Amino acid sequence: MEAAADIAEAAPPARGARFWRRLRRNRLSFAALWVLAAIALAALLAPWVAPFDPNLPDPEAPLAPPGWRHLLGTDLYGRDQLSRIIHAGRVNLLIAGGATLGALVLGAVLGAVAGYRGGWLDQVVMRATDSIMAFPAFVLAMGITAAIGNSLLNVAIAIGVTQVPSYVRLVRGEMLRVREMEYAEAARTVGNPDRRIVLVHLLPNCIPPLIVQATLAMGYAILTLAALSYLGLGIRPPQSEWGQMTAEGASEIVTGAWWLFLFPGLAIVVTVLAFNLLGDALRDLLDPRMRGL
Amino acid sequence: MGFGGFLLRRLALTVPTLFGVTVVGFLLAYMLPGNPALVKAGPFATPDFVAEVERQMGLDQPLPVQYLRYLGALLQGDLGLSSSTGRPVLADFAQRLPATLELTLAALLIAIGIGVPLGVLSAIHRDTLLDHAGRVLSVAGVAMPSFWTGLLLIYVFFYLLDLAPAPLGRLAPGLQPPAAVTGLYVVDSALAGDWPALRSALQHLALPAATLGIAVMAPVARMVRATMLETLQSDFVKAAWGAGLPPRRVIYGDALRNALIPVVTILGVVFGFLMAGNAVVESVFAWPGIGNYAVTSLMTKDAGPIQSFVLFVALMYVVVNLAVDLLYGLIDPRIRLG
Repeated sequence: MEAAADIAEAAPPARGARFWRRLRRNRLSFAALWVLAAIALAALLAPWVAPFDPNLPDPEAPLAPPGWRHLLGTDLYGRDQLSRIIHAGRVNLLIAGGATLGALVLGAVLGAVAGYRGGWLDQVVMRATDSIMAFPAFVLAMGITAAIGNSLLNVAIAIGVTQVPSYVRLVRGEMLRVREMEYAEAARTVGNPDRRIVLVHLLPNCIPPLIVQATLAMGYAILTLAALSYLGLGIRPPQSEWGQMTAEGASEIVTGAWWLFLFPGLAIVVTVLAFNLLGDALRDLLDPRMRGL
Repeated sequence: MGFGGFLLRRLALTVPTLFGVTVVGFLLAYMLPGNPALVKAGPFATPDFVAEVERQMGLDQPLPVQYLRYLGALLQGDLGLSSSTGRPVLADFAQRLPATLELTLAALLIAIGIGVPLGVLSAIHRDTLLDHAGRVLSVAGVAMPSFWTGLLLIYVFFYLLDLAPAPLGRLAPGLQPPAAVTGLYVVDSALAGDWPALRSALQHLALPAATLGIAVMAPVARMVRATMLETLQSDFVKAAWGAGLPPRRVIYGDALRNALIPVVTILGVVFGFLMAGNAVVESVFAWPGIGNYAVTSLMTKDAGPIQSFVLFVALMYVVVNLAVDLLYGLIDPRIRLG
């Protein structure tokens, strides 16, 4: 049924438009994209979107359950929880995004150099990668923040380090495949410098799988960050973050204030779920074997 | 190639990994805030004495020499001292390991007990309501932070329904732990015939084990579903259908047995999940295991145990992955050629 519509179009639409249409066809992942856009926008515009100042106590309503005035209730000091969650989202997205981006760039460069050059450089990079992968990711992140301290930057570094190996492996594998291809040979024959061949001719091949990997990694980064903060190894007050807010809420369980641990955790679940669904959909879309479906 | 050759080759591959793991472990320990000599010398030591201890501990030596000393100490089982308990970290670990083991095994039991049937049924009834529900469950299971799942269970079963005991430790206060045989309270109290202790141990174990089990169940179910689908479409299963064998026998006899072989390979991954989850879940339930010990030590500015925990987990991880590969080579001879 969809195929008939495709054939009816005389000129094939641009690549971007085709991609967009295929993504839209998968309703669940398209919804995930909207959810992520909404979360990112709310975080970006937090001071304008949040109904209250996140740090302003409401003396009238400490520990107020969710209601009309405070949609998600208030904490022990009467701070509006919805506003706090929206503001905390900035820290979550910033650190997870920063860690993922940093790991992607570093991993892609290392993988490209290792794969293209080969030799001892390749050996060193791959052995280092193997050593990092010998640790369960979260446990390594714990060890790193314990060792270097937990400022925002350090936490991002800890999460990033655990991610680097996956990008190195991905790009290196792709480099090994394409470096002997004829167009790479041609680029070399014309006398292009290695740096240019790798950056302009070879690396762009890796962009689609890198995007998939990074999308899935975002979900994982948010989970890692939240768990670190929950344990007190990540973000600490006065900064707030969803995992750290959940930890604060945990101590109020015995008073029956369920909204304090439930909603920050729910923010994590929804965001991670959206990244995972989008990542899965992108993988199906960008995987060449799935093309033309 | 025989299994002996495969064994040797696989063991040789482990050497560089072990080297890498200990180097990372050493670097993490080296970067730790705080001076280990200060800890060893005690709070009232003079600067001269601290310098003397530093020399004794080799802290004035170049990095590679320090690494070799670190490795030497490690081989003798010396993980350093914990400044919060004042005991060797290894002794503290040994004392708390059974608690971690009990939690891990119970969680593994739950994850496999639910994950495997769920994966099999999803594959057999592909694209039915059951399959979709199973998929939603495993996608959501991966997205839920384990501390949050744990808090939800505590809120519902402890606070609302009062079915579970307070999430504090392994036994109700006032109960004596059973005589240690395995260190697992559930097993020991059953062996000793101590029914109140067994009951209490099971009640305390239920929620943390469920929390950790839910986190690990998702990848198990996903993997089983994928391999089962693949096996159901393979030639030998088609031949079995064609021969007119009863469906029950084809599915549960021929297909399932072959589908479960690759599942062995994710046991390594599952172990990684369990170990990462341990630290968090133990903290949520105040479970007195090694993960909780490492995290609480850190709160008192004692970072030694956490480094030992990281290293310990990584070494276990290497061993488990080695065992999984060897087991796989034993089950499936084709792997040995790879």
